[in-house]
Amino acid sequence: MNNSHTFPGKLIAVEGLDGSGKSTQIYLLKRWMEMQNLKVFFTEWNSSVLVREATRKGKKRQLLTPTTFSLVHATDFADRYERQVLPLLRAGYIVLADRYIYTAFARDIVRGCDPRWVRTLYSFAVVPDITFLFDTPLNVALDRILSGRPKLKYFEAGMDLGLAHDPYDSFRLFQGRIYAEYRKMVDTESFVVMDGMLPVEQQQAMVRKYVEPKIDLPSFRWRGNP
Amino acid sequence: MSALKIGKRFYGTKVPGCEPAQLKGKLIVLEGADGSGRSTQIEMLNAWLEHLGYGTVNVGLKRSMLVSEELERAQQGNILSHTTRSLFYATDFADQLENRIIPALRAGFVVLADRYIYTLMARDIVRGGDRGWVKSLYSIALVPDVVFYLRVSPQQLVERNFKKTTTLNYWESGMDIGLSRDMFESFMSYQRLMQAEFGRMQEEYGFEVINGNRSPRAIANELRAKVQHVLSVIP
Repeated sequence: MNNSHTFPGKLIAVEGLDGSGKSTQIYLLKRWMEMQNLKVFFTEWNSSVLVREATRKGKKRQLLTPTTFSLVHATDFADRYERQVLPLLRAGYIVLADRYIYTAFARDIVRGCDPRWVRTLYSFAVVPDITFLFDTPLNVALDRILSGRPKLKYFEAGMDLGLAHDPYDSFRLFQGRIYAEYRKMVDTESFVVMDGMLPVEQQQAMVRKYVEPKIDLPSFRWRGNP
Repeated sequence: MSALKIGKRFYGTKVPGCEPAQLKGKLIVLEGADGSGRSTQIEMLNAWLEHLGYGTVNVGLKRSMLVSEELERAQQGNILSHTTRSLFYATDFADQLENRIIPALRAGFVVLADRYIYTLMARDIVRGGDRGWVKSLYSIALVPDVVFYLRVSPQQLVERNFKKTTTLNYWESGMDIGLSRDMFESFMSYQRLMQAEFGRMQEEYGFEVINGNRSPRAIANELRAKVQHVLSVIP
């Protein structure tokens, strides 16, 4: 995809499996920027208030097919993109995204949607300036999520794919396929791969060290009183 | 009517888990603006088909179990941006396609669609949506057995809308695009834009154009004859 942007803002996305530690890392990145008094905005996958009701209903009643699952999430993304991400990039903010279009690519393709169709669906979105992939071995990510024997939701466990009867088995297989999709995108999407096995603070130091020379941070400071 | 397709197919990629060859029923689409007589004709066709002993299922826009209520609410507040609205409608369409249209066709029913992807595509394109993107979005749709387009002049549409509700609908007047602050002016311009887009799609998608400026009875007779022909084609 050739959707690089020329807006004054900057977009940084994090991707990775559940349990890869990406949310912790982007939170710490956000804190670091806030403490430098930078114009920063955080957005999260699947959080549009407008679409939430439909998504919730569809998931609860297991009404979703691969196609409608894909479209509901694309609608959520579009709502956040058109009303927040894009205007903020144009206004010169640093936008931090916890999951971006690559989450959809991985999940929808695993669910059997046509890869070209999915990619065209999201072609309105610009490519991030930096995308970190938090790469944690599958078993480690699974252990982090499953160690407490949490109640896995139907779609979260990928039960709709019919991979296994047991939700935990299904989750393992589903996450394994998503992991494979992520790995396929490392080169084509120029992901910056981070070792998710390192201590949190060490990963964060590497993230900050990577961002600093790429983005002229002082130019994103609030002018006047914060 | 020699261009009838034998056997079902999708415009583009087939939706996961559907074998088009198993779809024995017929998909009949009626397109046309509000006030074109679409709903009246659907009703009459439905009664006539049932009279003949056909099982029928009716679908239309904003009727999905999944998002119709949310879509209605969001439309009222006019808070959706363009891409979001397109995707919301596409979700509504896909839900009905997979949960109503395809199962009904599998069971050998006649599905009557009160508008289909063409209205949705035309609305997006008239609002500046990218044609290629919109086409790809709706490439998940099944190709209907026949698409009737009820063409009514904008003047007639105005009269019929006034007769029915004594007002012009905000969206059917395209007021969100800002063609004119005057609602009548906007309605006329918007309907002309929509007709031009339908004209463009007519050839590409092989619409059967029906002159909707005539009496409901005359239109119904023409539709019946044409539907009869569609029903006689055995897949």
